[in-house]
Amino acid sequence: MSILIDKDTKVICQGFTGSQGTLHSEQAIAYGTKLVGGVTPGKGGGTHLGLPIFDTVAEAVAATGATASVIYVPAGFCKDSILEALDAGIELVVCITEGIPTLDMLAVKARLELTNARMIGPNCPGVITPGACKIGIMPGDIHLPGKVGIVSRSGTLTYEAVKQTTDRGFGQSSCVGIGGDPIPGSHFIDVLELFENDPATEAIVMVGEIGGTAEEEAAAYIKANVTKPVVGYIAGVTAPPGKRMGHAGAIIAGGKGTADDKFAALQDAGVRTVRSLAEIGDALADVTGWT
Amino acid sequence: MNLHEYQAKSLFAEYGLPVSEGHAVDTADEAVAAAEKIGGSRWVVKVQVHAGGRGKAGGVKLADSLEEVRAFAEQWIGKNLVTIQTDENGQPVSKIYVESCTDIATELYLGAVVDRGSRRVVFMASTEGGVEIETVAEETPEKILRAMIDPYVGAQSFQGRQLAFALGLQGPQIRQFTDLFMGLAKLFEETDCSLLEINPLVITEEGNVHCLDAKMNVDGNALYRQQKIAAMEDPSQEDEREAQAAEYNLNYVALDGNIGCMVNGAGLAMGTMDLVKLHGGNPANFLDVGGGATKEAVSEAFKIILSDSAVKAVLINIFGGIVSCATIAEGIIGAVTEVGVEVPVVVRFEGNNSELGRQTLADSGLNIIPGESLVDAVEKAVAAAGGQS
Repeated sequence: MSILIDKDTKVICQGFTGSQGTLHSEQAIAYGTKLVGGVTPGKGGGTHLGLPIFDTVAEAVAATGATASVIYVPAGFCKDSILEALDAGIELVVCITEGIPTLDMLAVKARLELTNARMIGPNCPGVITPGACKIGIMPGDIHLPGKVGIVSRSGTLTYEAVKQTTDRGFGQSSCVGIGGDPIPGSHFIDVLELFENDPATEAIVMVGEIGGTAEEEAAAYIKANVTKPVVGYIAGVTAPPGKRMGHAGAIIAGGKGTADDKFAALQDAGVRTVRSLAEIGDALADVTGWT
Repeated sequence: MNLHEYQAKSLFAEYGLPVSEGHAVDTADEAVAAAEKIGGSRWVVKVQVHAGGRGKAGGVKLADSLEEVRAFAEQWIGKNLVTIQTDENGQPVSKIYVESCTDIATELYLGAVVDRGSRRVVFMASTEGGVEIETVAEETPEKILRAMIDPYVGAQSFQGRQLAFALGLQGPQIRQFTDLFMGLAKLFEETDCSLLEINPLVITEEGNVHCLDAKMNVDGNALYRQQKIAAMEDPSQEDEREAQAAEYNLNYVALDGNIGCMVNGAGLAMGTMDLVKLHGGNPANFLDVGGGATKEAVSEAFKIILSDSAVKAVLINIFGGIVSCATIAEGIIGAVTEVGVEVPVVVRFEGNNSELGRQTLADSGLNIIPGESLVDAVEKAVAAAGGQS
């Protein structure tokens, strides 16, 4: 078991024939992802990487039965691509692209709330169920099928958490990068709920960062609903207020969104927090008793 | 991206919102000419910088004569204004805004932001004008009125009326405020704002609703479709190194420590800074070289880090996902050779091609200190910078 995706998930790629779409589709295919085709308007009927190209997502879904789509189109076209995927009945939209205007995401988020679909990203590494399905730009070889669910706002911090759980042999059930934007398609809470209900996930690692209150909301959710052990890390203790730290969403504004507030909320919820990102694996071993 | 008050007010005027007549000027002569053009015998002169707290810092003045207008312009143009929101050097003043004077009866607050929690554009209004809204939110949260904008139907007049009545406005002010509310909502959407703030919004002695100040931030991600606004950018208000970094798609934020950091990924860059601090050191900067870092970007990153004379050691932490550690290694070698790096450089590679990257650095013959693990690299960098501070 896993969350969101497994070895049978049929995936299409929007922006399939572009450079990013091509590079990461090749890697996904090599990893074993069931990529069944792609969409590039105007190139329908052709093939790319040995897979069919469609003009529209609706055609791709009708022809392939795909339920997931990964989006590699430029930021200015993402709103349109995401809405097209939702309109075509795609159940899981994974948007990797960084730089989508915030007002576009407000509209997308409002539309998402009216559907049963889920969206991961934007500005994220994607989702992986190790050994089964990789949707996104993460390096596949650092992962190991296993029992830790990882959810994170940062790409490379996810990789650090993955490496530490792989090195100790715990492995990962699934890893979800929800992305560094202020308005993400899915929040921590959405993913935590899936991990709590997934039998293959025995413990959870949550990696947050400064900005917004998603970690505080997650802490309240964990306190009320999560029975599995959770290890939490927050990046940005040393970040100055009022400065955007790379990610559009990573900013302490009006005294809100500090790392200290988030650590405190997680501790209050019974989460095992680590101040050093190098100690995620140790803390997991400690809270689970795994060796 | 931040706009100056005069730029925001020009947009307000385009949208038919009530602002005073004013002119932004570059010289004292122009300031006097602007005051004469506006007419009357009293003007407000304001320095144009990207920082709040201008009034308390002496950057806003009521001028009762043309001589005072001239004196104010001569005092400030070419100088820096230090406010509670700037660093100790302050922000450079290159423009003064000369505006007609408004007689104030009441000060209110009206603002709009993208609210991350509700995932909506939210308007906030308060009778507590002229003070920082964060302070009001902290001390008297009940005095902040809110209106949430439905992304499907947009702002509605009734929301403006609700706010107006709740603020205690009367008679024609209700209509004036509602029109202002609707106009601001339109401006917010059409110009991809992330923040709009009128503080204070005033009721004049004649009883009219009037925008005394205007603050506007625009979503940097949307500048590709906001070219008119993108052209309003004032690089003189940005940190020089941050602006230089942005040209190479690097994210750089200056801090006051002595360990220069170069990391791929924003989250890991923050996490690395935190680790440096945790191990007794002090990071000199945040620097994310990005997912698709090239040799050139690494070289440029080095130059920016080393342009800070406080830097006593450089810590490079790369977890190769898309980017190959071997590429970064070549960039480091190129930069060290070309730029001439005089401080110790500690490098930790993990992930994509990390073995090859480490080998490349070892074979280069350059004095680069390898970090065996994340913590090892951090400890070595802290030691190289002169130990714990």
